Amino acid sequence: MSQTILRMNSITKEFPGVKALDNVNISVNEGEIHAIVGENGAGKSTLMNVLSGVYPHGNYQGEIIYAGEQCQFRSMKDSEKKGIVIIHQELALVPYLSIAENMFLGNEQGSPWKIDWDETNKKSTEYMKVVGLHENPRTLIKDIGMGKQQLVEIAKALAKDVKLLILDEPTSSLNESDAKKLLDLLIHFKQEKGITSILISHKLNEIAYCADKITIIRDGQSIETLDNNQGDVTEERIIRGMVGRELKNRYPQREHQIGDVGFEIKDWTVYHPQYGDRKVVDHVSLKVHHGEVVGIAGLIGAGRTELAMSVFGRAYGSRISGSLYKDGQERHYGSISDAIADGLAYVTEDRKGNGIILSNSVKHNLSLARPEFISHRGILDKDKETQLTKEYREKLSIKASSVEQQVDNLSGGNQQKVLVGKWIFAQPDVLLMDEPTRGVDVGAKYEIYQIINELIAQGKSVIMISSELPELLGMCDRIYVMNESRVIAEFARGSVSQEDIMASIMKDSKGEISA
Amino acid sequence: MKTNTLKTNLRQYTMMLMLVIIIIFFQVLTGGRLLLPMNVNNLVNQNAYVVILAVGMLICILTGGNIDLSVGSVVCLVSAFAGQMIIVMKWNPYLSILLCLLIGALLGVWQGFWIAYIKIPAFIVTLSGMLVFRGLALLILNGLTLAPFPDAFKQFSTGSFLSGVGKVPLMGMELNPVSLISGVLIVVVYWAYTLLTRASKKRKGYQVEGTLPLLVKLAIISLVVIGFFYILSKWRGVPSVLIIIGLLLLVYSYLTTNTVMGRHIYAIGGNEKAARLSGVKTNKLIFLAYVNMGFLAGLAGLAFAGRVDSAYPGAGQSFELDAIGACYVGGASAYGGVGTVGGALVGALIFGILNNGMSLMGINSNLQQVVKGLVLLGAVAFDVVGKMNIASGFRLGRKIKPTIVIGK
Repeated sequence: MSQTILRMNSITKEFPGVKALDNVNISVNEGEIHAIVGENGAGKSTLMNVLSGVYPHGNYQGEIIYAGEQCQFRSMKDSEKKGIVIIHQELALVPYLSIAENMFLGNEQGSPWKIDWDETNKKSTEYMKVVGLHENPRTLIKDIGMGKQQLVEIAKALAKDVKLLILDEPTSSLNESDAKKLLDLLIHFKQEKGITSILISHKLNEIAYCADKITIIRDGQSIETLDNNQGDVTEERIIRGMVGRELKNRYPQREHQIGDVGFEIKDWTVYHPQYGDRKVVDHVSLKVHHGEVVGIAGLIGAGRTELAMSVFGRAYGSRISGSLYKDGQERHYGSISDAIADGLAYVTEDRKGNGIILSNSVKHNLSLARPEFISHRGILDKDKETQLTKEYREKLSIKASSVEQQVDNLSGGNQQKVLVGKWIFAQPDVLLMDEPTRGVDVGAKYEIYQIINELIAQGKSVIMISSELPELLGMCDRIYVMNESRVIAEFARGSVSQEDIMASIMKDSKGEISA
Repeated sequence: MKTNTLKTNLRQYTMMLMLVIIIIFFQVLTGGRLLLPMNVNNLVNQNAYVVILAVGMLICILTGGNIDLSVGSVVCLVSAFAGQMIIVMKWNPYLSILLCLLIGALLGVWQGFWIAYIKIPAFIVTLSGMLVFRGLALLILNGLTLAPFPDAFKQFSTGSFLSGVGKVPLMGMELNPVSLISGVLIVVVYWAYTLLTRASKKRKGYQVEGTLPLLVKLAIISLVVIGFFYILSKWRGVPSVLIIIGLLLLVYSYLTTNTVMGRHIYAIGGNEKAARLSGVKTNKLIFLAYVNMGFLAGLAGLAFAGRVDSAYPGAGQSFELDAIGACYVGGASAYGGVGTVGGALVGALIFGILNNGMSLMGINSNLQQVVKGLVLLGAVAFDVVGKMNIASGFRLGRKIKPTIVIGK
């Protein structure tokens, strides 16, 4: 048995209001491919950021023992010196620099005052040969495909004399053959060069294909490590480990009184706004009744956000086709304000990016979507605004010193409540909620669920997109599953388990790679 | 609530305090010449165009840190049009003024189109405009200066309000009654407005500010206003351009703080994507911000042409920098979403008094530029460092308590 190269002991990492990692232990042997799996937000990427020094020592608790010594990395530079290289999900390549320049970025050949370009190009050609890439080192990164870019990243890691390679979802944007090539390369490195790899992936078939060990992380805790070489690790076994938490009153009770169809999407197709031939929503039909929460499950990139945003007054996409019905009547929304005026609301998944305005006060954020409620012919009634937003602040128990407080001084959970509050202020009939509890702690989650239940009690319709399956199972009356731009399954409440949903996605994605 | 309002108010007060200090500083150093009636009159006339431009610039900056580099060239082009129409072609001055304002707005339409709908960065579009508009102005003027303008045209820029009244002996001095009455009237209207809104708020059961701070505020503002108009009354009375500026400031403060449109402009600057997803017509508003800027730059062009009594090829050079600088000194954020009309006014006044005071002291004009540049950097650095300190709980070398984050 080979020896342990890396041991991370009781790692705990807290963000304001959220415990991202809670006493995580992991041990990796030299020369193995070690997979880390878990749901979105389970803490996989955080763990790797701790390991690679993105979060410097002192920012987390616990110890890292690598190659027999205790390590206290202060930056990525420190961990790279030891041969630990991380390749992030979003590639860190500069599009307008050449392959060779990218490969040696931060590791330039020659002296700081005179880069040796001949050496750079020669070496990059050698490394490209190792990863099986046949390109001119002077080719610009933007001119090669995603699969090849991924190989450049790996070559870049090799150029840094990598001993432990960390790959965060390396195949998420690759097609089947490129993904297989990449995994074969990892196996090749393991056998020929003794390079250890840590692989973070959602694709269980890939993990089954190449991993030696599998560590499961759930809710910021390391649950178990399975040995894939024993041959008895099935995908079902991994899924059970990933989602297998007990639900004990994490979701408030409500009465299920479902009325008529409130909103219906029929045959909805959307193309990517920049890449006009890429379908991001493919003939999707779904409906939601009054007093009903309908969930949409699926992996990141399945087309859920694109669906919701394109419905919401064409906020996203091009060449949109299909039809929308509200209370049985067909609607055409030419703009976002049309959709809002007709009683639609979209709670974005990206709170800070396109949800709230950090530099504005709580009250200005709350009233932003429906200024007509606090104004007359375009003139604001500020007293009424203060009055109304105060009521909403209390109703939603937003913990702010007053409605005048700027939202960037609020905690994440309270910012999320402001975002949800903005749309409740708008008094919609149909709410499209995209990851409504992302990045908030358990307590704030519960409060948001209660808000949703109150809306339902008023007979409103809610479509909830979430990557957290327990949340969908706990809150929804029905769940649609989306994968690769299509709705692939529909489950009713009570008759479905997390395993069923995961299995339906896995089954649909099968054939992406043949093990 | 306390910390937050205090923090924002503190910033405004800091700017005003800076203005007061600069006024006292130059008043002392120039041996009292700064606040002589003639010089105050000059200050108003000299800085009218900067204030007008700064108000327009503020709106552009609010929409997301978009600046307009072309305003100096628009000033030149519009004044060239005015010269051509009024001096060369002998058109009716009033008709020409309307046409010139329209031309300014059309130049704004041109730039707004590229910025808002084609999404070319404002910096580039207006840099292009800076070259194009000045070039066109030179073509119209053929490199020559057109002068002089008829009095009917100049009365808006250098004349006085109801100038026929003249001065009357009052309290043993020769004073202009129009100016005195204007000052008193403004104070009365201000008191009435403040007290009436306060009463109405109270009636509806809303929170109102305390009586004592209110009275102090009213007293200070009344004194400043009366003092200012008293000084003006000792010279030629109320400059006409002051009325134009006053109206502009009123309209634009109201627009930015009390209308849905104003609220939306701040929202765009704070987070354009969030504003768009909340139903704000972001492109349309950015477009309108530039149309408005063009219109106001046209107005500034007319005011400037009237003041220098000519249209000449070098008009408006580096005006854009004064206007942009005034906004930033006045507390506008370089990233948009933060800033007030009042702040832009204070910024413009700080620049104006620096210019005027240093000129009175006979300081070399090259050195004046150095001082202005350093004041701009200093004012913004003060602001940025202040924010950083709050974020890290550290202020000018000594620890302060970090601002309390409410909730978990």
